[in-house]
Amino acid sequence: MAATAVPEHAPGVLGERVRAVLLQLAQLLGVLVGLWAFWEAFKWFGETTELRLGNFEVNDRTLPHVHDIVGTLFEPSRRNGPILLDVLLDAALFTAKEAALGFALGAVFGFGIAVVLAHSSLLERGFLPYIVASQTVPILAIAPMVVVWVNPKMPDALKDWGAVAVIAAYLTFFPVAINTLRGLRSADPRALELMRSYASGAWPILWKLRVPASLPYLFAALKVSATACVVGAIIGELPASVQDGLGGAILNFNQYYASAPERLWATNLIAAGLGITFFLVVVVAERAVVRRAPEHVA
Amino acid sequence: MSGMETSRQAVVKLERVTKQFGKAGVVALEDVDLDIGPGEFVSLIGPSGCGKSTLLRVVGDLIQPTGGAVEVNGKSAHQARVDRDYGIVFQDAVLFEWRTVARNIGLPLELAGWSRERRRERVQEMLELVELSGFEGHHPWQLSGGMQQRVSIARALSFEPALLLMDEPFGALDEMTRERLNLELLRIWAASGSTVVFVTHSISEAVFLSTRVVVMSPRPGRITGIVDVDLPQPRTFRTREEPRFAELIRDVRRTLRQGGGFEAEEDDHLEERLIAAEEGTT
Repeated sequence: MAATAVPEHAPGVLGERVRAVLLQLAQLLGVLVGLWAFWEAFKWFGETTELRLGNFEVNDRTLPHVHDIVGTLFEPSRRNGPILLDVLLDAALFTAKEAALGFALGAVFGFGIAVVLAHSSLLERGFLPYIVASQTVPILAIAPMVVVWVNPKMPDALKDWGAVAVIAAYLTFFPVAINTLRGLRSADPRALELMRSYASGAWPILWKLRVPASLPYLFAALKVSATACVVGAIIGELPASVQDGLGGAILNFNQYYASAPERLWATNLIAAGLGITFFLVVVVAERAVVRRAPEHVA
Repeated sequence: MSGMETSRQAVVKLERVTKQFGKAGVVALEDVDLDIGPGEFVSLIGPSGCGKSTLLRVVGDLIQPTGGAVEVNGKSAHQARVDRDYGIVFQDAVLFEWRTVARNIGLPLELAGWSRERRRERVQEMLELVELSGFEGHHPWQLSGGMQQRVSIARALSFEPALLLMDEPFGALDEMTRERLNLELLRIWAASGSTVVFVTHSISEAVFLSTRVVVMSPRPGRITGIVDVDLPQPRTFRTREEPRFAELIRDVRRTLRQGGGFEAEEDDHLEERLIAAEEGTT
């Protein structure tokens, strides 16, 4: 009797999951179709009414057809060359390498700062304003200096793109530091009393209580940083004169915008895809790592 | 029961213990003298702000008294804490929600450096003691409030401390769960043989559980009187229906009234805030 009850139950749960995933995919598809329809409808409306917004005029140069943008991905990038998608995926992979290194550097650095500041309100009061100030300086102003400082000190394997990773790290560490600091402080006061009642030292309090309590905050920050570090890497490629990444591709296709606007749009599409990929990796990692009551997982 | 504390070495010995928060601030405790013998179940009762939670933390060396002497198990309160002589249970279960039930119960053992194998064995014993076998793999948020508090009790008793400190442990639970857990606590107390210091707001809970009820009054926190509870052990659902139970309740009420325990309190959470500020945990 009991044996028959089990297989009845299992496919029910599985079916529910499959249905949830399908529903999510359908929603995603729905949004994409909606965006496509809006884009094309606006283009059609602008072209038939000769709409002008200041100097902005709707035509194939300012707003190419969506199918032209997607289509250009599968056309040769230059005569007898590989298709554009291949070129852009190579560039995205290169930028991903820079962004991933920057993300890792920034996350570790930000986490370390948070741990130090969480243990001393004196240090927090002294350093936090400068950490905040560091983010008010535009990345475009800092990037060239980072290249000048960092590049000569890099080993050959990291030549040029190492500096870009440092720029990406600069954008990553800030949200991580601020959120982790809050997370480390979020531990329940009673739980701290409890640890003290066990005569626990500072390390166990940090690793068994404060850090686990901070994880939901940390992952909220990592989600912000996941997209920020991709932007940082793309921007960093410009002053570092790195040609192999998406930054180089954007600069290149920008020059030919008048004759082939779809190519820059296609490049942006791939860049956005890279940011989304980074974001999703963090989401998956969060699901695997964070064991908290459902209401505590953002 | 009342003669017990003089026959053997006291588990808790307080002499003229005074606690003032801040200079010229609130006097939470003034000249508190109290001896608690091994195996006793002592309740501290009184209105909010009478210093009962402060007293519990002074015993646990979580707060330093400003005057007087505290001894636990014949040593300083600090040494007793370092030696892990007591377990503590709060009003909230304070379980680490990223840990399973088993790993929550095993936390103090982990900190004490027990091997994985020994830990597993002891956790199983504790789960049996609080009747939660089969729930070791659950996470706290999957349990009811009463079950969470049982996990918290199992965690406090896992390393077999001589003393169990409880700060309104059933205060957040409904009446029915509370009465069931009262009986369960008495069973655990009898089985473990440890001494219990129990802070509560409930007169009937204090009388039902305790061998002695220490009645406190606020501002400054002082002991107004001690009521010996001579109800027979073990106590059952019937105990609350006995005439003697009603008499003892009346005695505690009278003592509370003498100390001004029924006067309105302006600030229910003052003591809580003072403690948190002192410990730097906020």
